[in-house]
Amino acid sequence: MARLRGRGYASVNYPTGMNLGGDPSQALIHATTTGTFVISLSSVDLGQGIKTIAAQCAAETLGLPIGNVLVDTADTDTGPHCMGTFASRGTHRVGNAVIMAAAEARAVMLEVAAEELEVDAGDLETDGTGFIRLKGAQEKGIHITDLALAAHFKHGRTISGRGIYLKEPSAPVPETGEMDPDSCQAHACTAAVVEVDDETGVVEVLELYNAYEVGRALNPAMATQQVEGGAWMGVSHALFETTEPYYPRRDHGPRDFAGYLMPGPADIPLQHSLFLERPAANGPYGAKGIGEMTANAPIPAIANAIFDACGVRLDTMPFTPERVLRGLDALHG
Amino acid sequence: MPSQIVSLVVNGEQREFIAAPGATLLASLRESLGLTAAKRGCAQGACGTCTVLVDGRPEVSCLVAVETVAGRSIRTLEGVAAGGELDEVQSAFVDCFATQCGFCTAGMIMVAEALLDRNPDPSDEDVVEAISGNVCRCTGYRPIVIAILEAARRRREQAPQEVASR
Repeated sequence: MARLRGRGYASVNYPTGMNLGGDPSQALIHATTTGTFVISLSSVDLGQGIKTIAAQCAAETLGLPIGNVLVDTADTDTGPHCMGTFASRGTHRVGNAVIMAAAEARAVMLEVAAEELEVDAGDLETDGTGFIRLKGAQEKGIHITDLALAAHFKHGRTISGRGIYLKEPSAPVPETGEMDPDSCQAHACTAAVVEVDDETGVVEVLELYNAYEVGRALNPAMATQQVEGGAWMGVSHALFETTEPYYPRRDHGPRDFAGYLMPGPADIPLQHSLFLERPAANGPYGAKGIGEMTANAPIPAIANAIFDACGVRLDTMPFTPERVLRGLDALHG
Repeated sequence: MPSQIVSLVVNGEQREFIAAPGATLLASLRESLGLTAAKRGCAQGACGTCTVLVDGRPEVSCLVAVETVAGRSIRTLEGVAAGGELDEVQSAFVDCFATQCGFCTAGMIMVAEALLDRNPDPSDEDVVEAISGNVCRCTGYRPIVIAILEAARRRREQAPQEVASR
């Protein structure tokens, strides 16, 4: 009996978005009287962070502090259109729509500032702290709060913008099957280090090395969180999760979530994650989607590591002690 | 069995309400008192997201019949932020990216509060054990463990100053 150590790796190419009949998302943005830019979206933040990313994209495009941006995900009856947050499409589609809306709003903002300051809009720039200033004459400028008030009460202007990103439908070419199903693809590789106990069949994942090419990581801390949380879910699928674990009789098996196995806080591997940034030409500030793909590569990486450790080739998830032991029996009789 | 008036001390305040027979502490907090931080997850004590402190001890409130804790002191997440200021555990959760969807967060913070109340200098293993009854599906747990250790460190650093200012 021994604890056998093995290493394995696996890679994933993952599409960003889809185009079943066209894939649009819209964003609307407007300034309040005090210069807060409200982004209206129907895209839902379920923890993946789309509100943060939308605010970052708007702040960057407007040239204003992120504190001047408020994201309102309202509801799908009254908001602009969004196909939904799935297919790892949110950052790409919504980010692009927000940038388009914010660019239109920025142009209006600079026009009003030009009127207020009696200069040409083309000579104005934003300084990122909330001021719109005359290039080369830093003392001539106006704060966004004063500008928004002036727009409302003096100039009768609405500082606002509309944005949409549409991935157009792409039908397959009948002869070849060729089509353009996604907008770009993200790539990743995970290497797993495992130990297999050849007496109990228990597999422990000791370390995961995650390398991700996601265009540009717009928020590196959140992207890391996505990668490592997703890898945890990959470990969970690889080693634990099933509604039908092996029992001699079904009625001995689990009936509810209390008996549904998942790794707990004591079962987590040490993770090392890094990003390779190769901005996508059609991505918002170069970003591709990173969501669903994060649970993918760890699973075959762990299967390969088990094979490396003990020679057992498993092709059915989860890689339970029972399956490992059956595999060892088949190898060694 | 008729409904009855139950009295609890919730986050330091005496609260009275009418509880239907068999009402859980969780349902009473959420539906009678409007305190919705504690979540109803599995409703069978397996996920920990309904955790609140009863006389300082973490309990899964979905399994507690509210009559059985009448008169006791209940602490929920709503009682953690003093005067609207996040406490050390909450701010460490923010700074260490220890949340994603947020559904487990209220329960995680309450078990962390109970841990740090009885052990101001926990080890990694102590934290893992403390949160082992709480399920998180997003983070992979590590950021939560790191956040609780960080909260403990911040609270220990603050403690001597509080003593000195008395």
